[in-house]
Amino acid sequence: MSAPLTKKERMKLDRIDMPERDAVERAGSFEEVNLGLTAKMAQLEAMRCLECKRPKCIDGCPVGIQIDEFIRLVAEGSVAEAAEVIQRDNLLPAICGRVCPQENQCEGTCVLAKKERPIAIGHLERYVADYVRTEGLHQVAEMPRPTGKAIAVIGSGPAGLACAGDLIQSGHAVTVFEALHEPGGVLVYGIPEFRLPKEIVQTEIAGLETLGVVFEMNAVVGRTHTLEELLAEFDAVFIGVGAGLPRFLGVPGENLIGVYSANEFLTRVNLMKAYLNDADTPVLDVTGKRIVVFGGGNTAMDAARTALRMGAADVRILYRRTEAEMPARREEVRHAREEGIAFDFLVSPTQLSGEDGLLRRVSLQRMELGEPDETGRRRPQPIEGATTEVEADLAVVAIGNGPNPLLLSTVPDLERTKWGTIAVDEATGRTSIPGVFAGGDIVTGGATVILAMGAGRRAAASVENWLDTGVWELPPSEEESVESA
Amino acid sequence: MYRIVQATDVGPGVRRFSVEAPHVARHYRAGQFVIVRVDPTGERIPLTVAAADTDTGLIALYVQGIGKTTRRLNMLESGDSLHDVAGPLGKPSEIEHYGTAVVVGGGVGTAIAYPVVKALVDAGNRVISIIGGRSRDFVILESELEATGAEVIVCTDDGSYGRPGFVTDTLADTLAGTPVDIVFAAGPVPMMKAVAAVTKPDGVRTIASLNPIMVDGTGMCGGCRVDVGGKTQFACVDGPEFDAHLVDFDLLARRNQAYHDFEQVRNAELEDPSCRVESSP
Ligand SMILES: Cc1cc2nc3c(=O)[nH]c(=O)nc-3n(C[C@H](O)[C@H](O)[C@H](O)COP(=O)(O)OP(=O)(O)OC[C@H]3O[C@@H](n4cnc5c(N)ncnc54)[C@H](O)[C@@H]3O)c2cc1C
Ligand SMILES: Cc1cc2nc3c(=O)[nH]c(=O)nc-3n(C[C@H](O)[C@H](O)[C@H](O)COP(=O)(O)OP(=O)(O)OC[C@H]3O[C@@H](n4cnc5c(N)ncnc54)[C@H](O)[C@@H]3O)c2cc1C
Ligand code: SF4
Ligand code: SF4
Ligand code: FES
Repeated sequence: MSAPLTKKERMKLDRIDMPERDAVERAGSFEEVNLGLTAKMAQLEAMRCLECKRPKCIDGCPVGIQIDEFIRLVAEGSVAEAAEVIQRDNLLPAICGRVCPQENQCEGTCVLAKKERPIAIGHLERYVADYVRTEGLHQVAEMPRPTGKAIAVIGSGPAGLACAGDLIQSGHAVTVFEALHEPGGVLVYGIPEFRLPKEIVQTEIAGLETLGVVFEMNAVVGRTHTLEELLAEFDAVFIGVGAGLPRFLGVPGENLIGVYSANEFLTRVNLMKAYLNDADTPVLDVTGKRIVVFGGGNTAMDAARTALRMGAADVRILYRRTEAEMPARREEVRHAREEGIAFDFLVSPTQLSGEDGLLRRVSLQRMELGEPDETGRRRPQPIEGATTEVEADLAVVAIGNGPNPLLLSTVPDLERTKWGTIAVDEATGRTSIPGVFAGGDIVTGGATVILAMGAGRRAAASVENWLDTGVWELPPSEEESVESA
Repeated sequence: MYRIVQATDVGPGVRRFSVEAPHVARHYRAGQFVIVRVDPTGERIPLTVAAADTDTGLIALYVQGIGKTTRRLNMLESGDSLHDVAGPLGKPSEIEHYGTAVVVGGGVGTAIAYPVVKALVDAGNRVISIIGGRSRDFVILESELEATGAEVIVCTDDGSYGRPGFVTDTLADTLAGTPVDIVFAAGPVPMMKAVAAVTKPDGVRTIASLNPIMVDGTGMCGGCRVDVGGKTQFACVDGPEFDAHLVDFDLLARRNQAYHDFEQVRNAELEDPSCRVESSP
């Protein structure tokens, strides 16, 4: 190999763009938009990394991947070794590389972000994960001796999968209980194929099965099994049931035919495969129709782009704040725009109206930004008298999810927060019931894949500690001990 | 996979299945349903659990073949399997000692009504069960209902069996003749709407078991939403039983027609699979 580049030389290199399917072609296809870096591209991009002494990028990664180290290995062409480095902290790199909001995380804190050209850490992570998957280099972990302990994991989203993955590798027996007929949580029912091919999720799950994780489908805990029964049968229980209760707008006309929650629309298309011609599950025909999507997050982008791919003629995203406040990944917003999706900012629906029970029109209130709210984002407020109307045949409501009460309502002793999420000790995932841990969206409210995964892993470590010590009460934190002194 | 232990015809297009689903059987209470998928590419459909046996782990389903999925299901025989059975879902019926209860079941709604009748009898109520069908052949579960100890009145639209006329006519006569504390109704939407109209003037408490289109059955999608007293409710978790006097039945009827065209196409394909459109990968 040629002599390593100097810092100055590295700074001169351009960020390598991810090859993408052409915008016109992809607007009619569910195939993945991002095509992946070639080996050469990955190496070139990795060479840009400054190998900082104190890598700021790691501060931005919620699970603290040794980013500088794996990137150096990619630059050297040692991809399998790079995978091992990533795997230490992230069990689902092929997924996170694709869906993490990198601009707010690792790439946001990379020193090169100041110059608007951070290292494409997500793309490189994806490259490494895809490489080992397609080359069949997946490390088969050595199986530890069985401990004789059994753990129940409720929910098979990223939180549950990560928790199960760590616990099985410690030799415990792990059973995952999933309400739906397919494991994966939002990764399979929400995020569409064109952004996260389901084959990737299936490979991860198959890997866990190989390690011995048992998946029990159609197991709606709270109904098919009670939490009490699981506690009697297992040594510990992890709850990772996500935030699966769709919020609606609360305006008149919301039950017209043609008004979907994003969960319903995406579930019909993704999980139930309505995008294939032979699926039995119907979805309203959007061919040539006008679609509006309420919201500004990833879910809104996914719904809009899915509608486009299902043949819609005109798709607009209606968001009550401005582009700057949109929580969606920047790449998704750009992709959506390129595909021809229109954005209307500072509008909020006040009424949906129809004919013969079918949606036809949406009345909108124009908004302006006022003072910042508790999240620090400026609060939208109505501009008096400024109203407008758009025609729409289908409206998708993507304004977030709350905690689903199905399981929680059956466990009154499980302490909850004022938002209805499960109250836990953040560092350990311990709940108010001994032996019961929780993590992911059911604790944080709708968040991200990587945070859910991180919470699942922290809880797994905490389960170990509880199984070893049998002590549930946590040592008092320092502040408390000072107070009580 | 959930094995079908027994499949039998019980009426024209209606079949009874006894299915191995021990966890469902163990937790089941009257009024609850399961979500079923027949095969790996099939849709998820809700079916009421008509009976469950904790010892054998079997549940009973009555299925009326009206579209592709229910007709495919009805082609299955003993020894075949259902790909997925999830449940028991929904809130159980509120079973109490009310006094006198009338339970109205129309068509396959009789299967939904049956476990409610049984539970009400067991709770010490006097139960009058009014069941109806288009003609004699469409009347199901008559002897099973009688075996519960309920008084059973059968009506047929064409008068070929039992009392001629609609179940609502018989209901009106019953209300006129005897004090009734509560009415349960399960069946086609127009029937439930008519029952609510009959009981409303005298304010007889009336519960309807609603049948909106469902997907997950766990409260995740909101597709099953119904309007009850001006409030949106998710039938799969808040119901399926609601105060019939508050339900917007017209909305329910309209929403149930949302996929009419699609359903027709799928139904036709079942007759002639060659007309199926090739799937794109
Ligand atoms: C459309 C969409 C797009 C998104 N895009 C992104 C993105 O690009 N990047 C990103 O980082 N995040 C994204 N998110 C958010 C991310 O998907 C979630 O934060 C993450 O999936 C949460 O993981 P979880 O394991 O806590 O729960 P989930 O993924 O919600 O999984 C929970 C699982 O538990 C099951 N369950 C629920 N109740 C029960 C019960 N009683 N018994 C048994 N099982 C039960 C559910 O069926 C589900 O399978 C997106 C979310 C949506 C909806
Ligand atoms: C809580 C509940 C309990 C039910 N119990 C029974 C029962 O015990 N026995 C029985 O035979 N039927 C029952 N049904 C109705 C049954 O689910 C529908 O007949 C079935 O889904 C029709 O599917 P299909 O493909 O055969 O017909 P399709 O041709 O697809 O549809 C025919 C009609 O069925 C309704 N329907 C379609 N898809 C769904 C769906 N996914 N969910 C609900 N309704 C749908 C619509 O009104 C539609 O117009 C119940 C429904 C609910 C909501
Ligand atoms: S897991 Fe997410 S935040 Fe961490 S390095 Fe990978 S892409 Fe960045
Ligand atoms: S901060 Fe950026 S340049 Fe520095 S090590 Fe991390 S990725 Fe490389
Ligand atoms: S069927 Fe999805 S919420 Fe009820």
